[in-house]
Amino acid sequence: MSNALFQYTIRLADDLLILSHRLSEWCGHGPILEEDIALTNRALDHIGEARNLLTYAGQVEGKGRDEDALAYLRNERQYLNTKLVEQPNGDYAHTIVRSFLFDAYHLPLAEALTKSTDAQLAAIAAKAVKEAQYHVKHSSDWLVRFGDGTEESHRRAQKALDDLWTFTGDLFAQDEVQQQLVKAGIAPDLTPIKTAFDATVDKVLKEATLKRPVDGFMASGGRQGRHSEHLGYILADMQYLQRAYPGAEW
Amino acid sequence: MSDNKNNWPLWEVFIQSKRGLEHKHVGSLHAADAQMAIENARDVYTRRQEGQSIWVVPAAAISASQPEDAAMLFDPADDKTYRHPTFYTMPEGAKYI
Repeated sequence: MSNALFQYTIRLADDLLILSHRLSEWCGHGPILEEDIALTNRALDHIGEARNLLTYAGQVEGKGRDEDALAYLRNERQYLNTKLVEQPNGDYAHTIVRSFLFDAYHLPLAEALTKSTDAQLAAIAAKAVKEAQYHVKHSSDWLVRFGDGTEESHRRAQKALDDLWTFTGDLFAQDEVQQQLVKAGIAPDLTPIKTAFDATVDKVLKEATLKRPVDGFMASGGRQGRHSEHLGYILADMQYLQRAYPGAEW
Repeated sequence: MSDNKNNWPLWEVFIQSKRGLEHKHVGSLHAADAQMAIENARDVYTRRQEGQSIWVVPAAAISASQPEDAAMLFDPADDKTYRHPTFYTMPEGAKYI
């Protein structure tokens, strides 16, 4: 059980850590100053939650690894984030859609996790819920502006949605780890979370006058450590310092 | 408002730090509409627990006195110190005056 709990916690953490890294790439490059700060705020929210989860994962594992060891010294195949969050920023529509799809999943997940029988996961989720509410609002508002904006912004938002939709399957993938923890009351059942995700997506896309893509081929494997080619570059960037100067602190 | 069509309008931001206190002007930002202005203000001006309520006002809606009128408007008050309530003896224990 403790191995399953470790893996599950790592999955939760890695989604946030990698998305946070992607958003941090916008720092200093945002379309306007105000959005630049908004995205950086978001990145910090995500990394705050990721840190709590990684620290907890280290405790569950019991091998003396702390948050830094888990963030900086794991290889690609040991990362268990979904492929969605590692996708490149692209244009701003891509960045917003990627966050929106994640937020629409993350909020109901965090809400459900507050009822976890695992007190630590429940406490971390309780702290994240308010942040997640704002994240959904921020990305939804932008998606509506893009979709219901100009012809060009609509086109780009629809393209981002079409491009990224294939990665949403990963968010709801079922496997033994997931099922084992649901049975123990630690992880929430993904079915009602998918229902909430669908409801948010449908509501916002309708307002944004965007078309929900048809569920076709769904890219999966992120939860098992099989990633797109993008993750390696992220880790190279993120881990360079600790790899080159082991134990460096500042 | 800006003449440049590519720039969003300017908004002035007022933050209330605590319930019961006034909203204080903290700065300005650009946003396409009031909703975006409030969200931007939240992200730009309340990151360090500065506030619990936000007002945003289109900068164009504010009428301001002209700097060149300053002498006419404000200097006449200079020699009217009797308007300050400093000539009264304060009763013992009176607060908030």
